[in-house]
Amino acid sequence: MPVDIRIPSILRVHVEGKSIVEMKGNTVGEVLQDLVNTHPGMDGQIVTSDGVLHKFVNVYLNDDDIRYLQVLDTPVSEGDTITILPAVAGGACSSTVDGYRAADILPVVRAEK
Amino acid sequence: MIKIPGNIYTQIIACCIQGLPDEACGLLGGADNEVTIFYPARNSAKSARLYVLDPKDYLKADRDAESRGITILGVVHSHTHTEPYPSPIDIEQAPDPAWHYVIVGLGKPLPSLRSYSISAGTAVEETVQVSIGAIADIID
Repeated sequence: MPVDIRIPSILRVHVEGKSIVEMKGNTVGEVLQDLVNTHPGMDGQIVTSDGVLHKFVNVYLNDDDIRYLQVLDTPVSEGDTITILPAVAGGACSSTVDGYRAADILPVVRAEK
Repeated sequence: MIKIPGNIYTQIIACCIQGLPDEACGLLGGADNEVTIFYPARNSAKSARLYVLDPKDYLKADRDAESRGITILGVVHSHTHTEPYPSPIDIEQAPDPAWHYVIVGLGKPLPSLRSYSISAGTAVEETVQVSIGAIADIID
């Protein structure tokens, strides 16, 4: 079934500059695969080669983060909107915080939210 | 260059001060490098040395910007104890080379604001043009 996907500006180069594209599928994963099939430049941008959602990308089905639903297996309905947003993080810390690399800490902080 | 109206410049500084002791963050909406709205966001990390912009707040800002016919131009965050220069983490985590990365330094008695473009692991400072007219609007 057709579902709109909102594309963040950083990835629009892969979809001919469009901010919204319509793709088909019964789950979020199927819709994202249709996006990759139609726009090969999206391959690896959202889902890793291992089939896992990239840790620095947040994907919403309407208002809900799919990590709190069924992730890529989350079913979709006609008229739904999938929104892809990059994770935004940083800070004044140096490359390590209390012995850990901050780049490793940031996604953990997000996951624990 | 990034253009920031005086009233929004004030909102940004106020947000960063109110966020203490943690780093504050938010998104800039506008068009053609001119900011027309500031979206304060929660720092999910709740840290004085890190910020993680709340994804839900990003979603709300993104939708609001779309309804206004504008786009997200960049991100703001504060450095609570240091100067407003990008840290290695700021550069490593920068999501979009087209964005403006505004940093507010609170390490001295007076806050200072600088803006950068960050691409391919390199940060380049850019001019911040604050609209005097908008400041006059506040005074009036």
